[in-house]
Amino acid sequence: MALVAEPSAVPLPARARSGRRIGPGTRYALNQIAGSLATFLFVIVFNFFLFRILPGDPISLYTKGRDVSGARIRELQAQLHQPIWHQFISYMRDPFSQTAESVKYNSPVWDVIGPRVWPTLLLVGTATILATLIGVWLGIRSAWKRGQRFDKVTTTTTLIFYSMPEFWFGMILLIVFSVGAFGIPGFFPVGGLSTPGVDINTPAGWVDVAWHLTLPVTTLTVIYLAEYSLIMRASLIDEMGQDYLKTARAKGLLDRMVRQRHAVPNAMLPTTTLIFMNLGFVVGGAITIEDVFSIPGLGSLTVDAINGPDIPLLQSLFVLFSGAVILANLIANLLYAKLDPRVRT
Amino acid sequence: MTATTPEARPRSARAVTWTRRRRSWARTAKAFGRSRSGMLGLGIFIVFALLALLAPLLFPASELDVTKATGPIFGPPSLTYWLGTDDSGRSVLALVVWGARISLLVGLCATVLSMVIGTSMGIAAGHYRGFRGGALDRLTDWFLVIPYLPLAIVMASVLGRSLLNIIIVIGVTSWPGTARLIRAQTLTVEGRPYLERAKALGAGNLHQMGKHVLPNVMPLVLANTTLAVSISILSETTLSFLGLGDPDAVSWGSILNSAFSAGAISQGAWWYLAAPGVCVVLVVLGFNLIGRALEDILDPYGDGA
Repeated sequence: MALVAEPSAVPLPARARSGRRIGPGTRYALNQIAGSLATFLFVIVFNFFLFRILPGDPISLYTKGRDVSGARIRELQAQLHQPIWHQFISYMRDPFSQTAESVKYNSPVWDVIGPRVWPTLLLVGTATILATLIGVWLGIRSAWKRGQRFDKVTTTTTLIFYSMPEFWFGMILLIVFSVGAFGIPGFFPVGGLSTPGVDINTPAGWVDVAWHLTLPVTTLTVIYLAEYSLIMRASLIDEMGQDYLKTARAKGLLDRMVRQRHAVPNAMLPTTTLIFMNLGFVVGGAITIEDVFSIPGLGSLTVDAINGPDIPLLQSLFVLFSGAVILANLIANLLYAKLDPRVRT
Repeated sequence: MTATTPEARPRSARAVTWTRRRRSWARTAKAFGRSRSGMLGLGIFIVFALLALLAPLLFPASELDVTKATGPIFGPPSLTYWLGTDDSGRSVLALVVWGARISLLVGLCATVLSMVIGTSMGIAAGHYRGFRGGALDRLTDWFLVIPYLPLAIVMASVLGRSLLNIIIVIGVTSWPGTARLIRAQTLTVEGRPYLERAKALGAGNLHQMGKHVLPNVMPLVLANTTLAVSISILSETTLSFLGLGDPDAVSWGSILNSAFSAGAISQGAWWYLAAPGVCVVLVVLGFNLIGRALEDILDPYGDGA
């Protein structure tokens, strides 16, 4: 099956087999999309039952510290007196219900979450892109110079950062470069996304945001690039034993050409998937880093929800994070099929 | 069972199997002894394990009591307090040594739980065909895709804050990677002729999985275990830092949590933050080194990059 490179090379046309006009590529894509939807459905169902095993009085958890009318409490009680499957059905009819309210913020959860999305996307997006570029570059160089000094230094350093809790590294950067321990002048802000009073929609505002994001983005970049560089190195070393590289060298190609044109594109395949698969962990990093640097994103909102505890908010954040990661995985799988036609068969 | 014994040497099949296994363990141990980074990792682990075991002898438990603390508030490292003091005047060194107990305990227990779930799910998913295997496979996929930390956070919030719960949370959320790996290995073992022989002789599913597949995936489980310990310890640190750990237990993560909320950063009390963090990095690095060395040794392709 690995020999089949192009869908057109399949001996029997897909039409004759399935009776319908669907190519193997499309069928693969549809399968992947269906699989992702099933996973998301599982998350929603799981979400319902997970929060139903909460100890204590659910009503007081939902209404604690809020001015709730007696009628509303009776309404909630009536809902909870229904049999569990009844509750399940009404939950499944509208899992993203607009009526679910955050305990702490006293407004619908999705209104609380909305404005928090952008800071997180900015932070995580920038860090992921930087970590990918630098990590892949480092991985290629150390694999190509395997066993030499560059490789040894890089591998040791990346392994140390890979073993580090990201929030701890962030706190150390914060204490050194913002507070200014060890006589270093505190150059960077201690937290937040921008200086109060600065309009972030002007060029000066962008600079201000960039200045605020420097330390958190650096933290996440360094921690993530460690893993990407280790993966890229291993994958390129695997590839370097292959015969086609020997052929390329025997043809007299420059070392640089062999690396860039022949080895790296193939070694990129597993790395690409792993980078996307890793987005689940990236989300986790954002939670603690936003807490440490007080960035008003989804991560610090999650920490607020834990400390409440603000169960409705936590529930919605869980669904949102899972949905985002499932989507990223779907994109990774579709991209992978585009890059490597073998997986479609 | 696995070897036919000649009449001249009346050794039971079991004894033959165990001799073979002992030899293979000795070979692995010898190869491990040659790996410098692996031995370094093992050394780090032994040092911290000793510290954890000897904690009550080194520092009396009363040193952890806030009301009995005698040191200065946020005192920098000095001759009396080698690693400085915290916001209530306790010795950071004592906190870190006591923290090693909880961090290692949670890390090891959670790993055992995760390995048991991951290995049994992986073997079962690889062994059973058709609907049952497919369903287990799908379940693994689902847990693999759900982002790890948000899942751990909601589970920890729902279950409540205690030592046992944090072990359960980490164990239950970190098994799918292992299951994937073990399933792949199980599939290659299942294709070998001796399993067909066992089936032909009427071996049941449990016998096939327990007596034939499990011993063959065990080396992989072992290498994966050390890597899983580092993930468990990092998870414990993160969850405790977020305030989801046992409120009465001192772990490295909970020290970092109290340092952060007591304002160690704005006070410039770097020693309060540095000590527990360095411990986490060292122990996690140690387990990563052991795991990588074992992977190299047990790598079926032998190349071992």
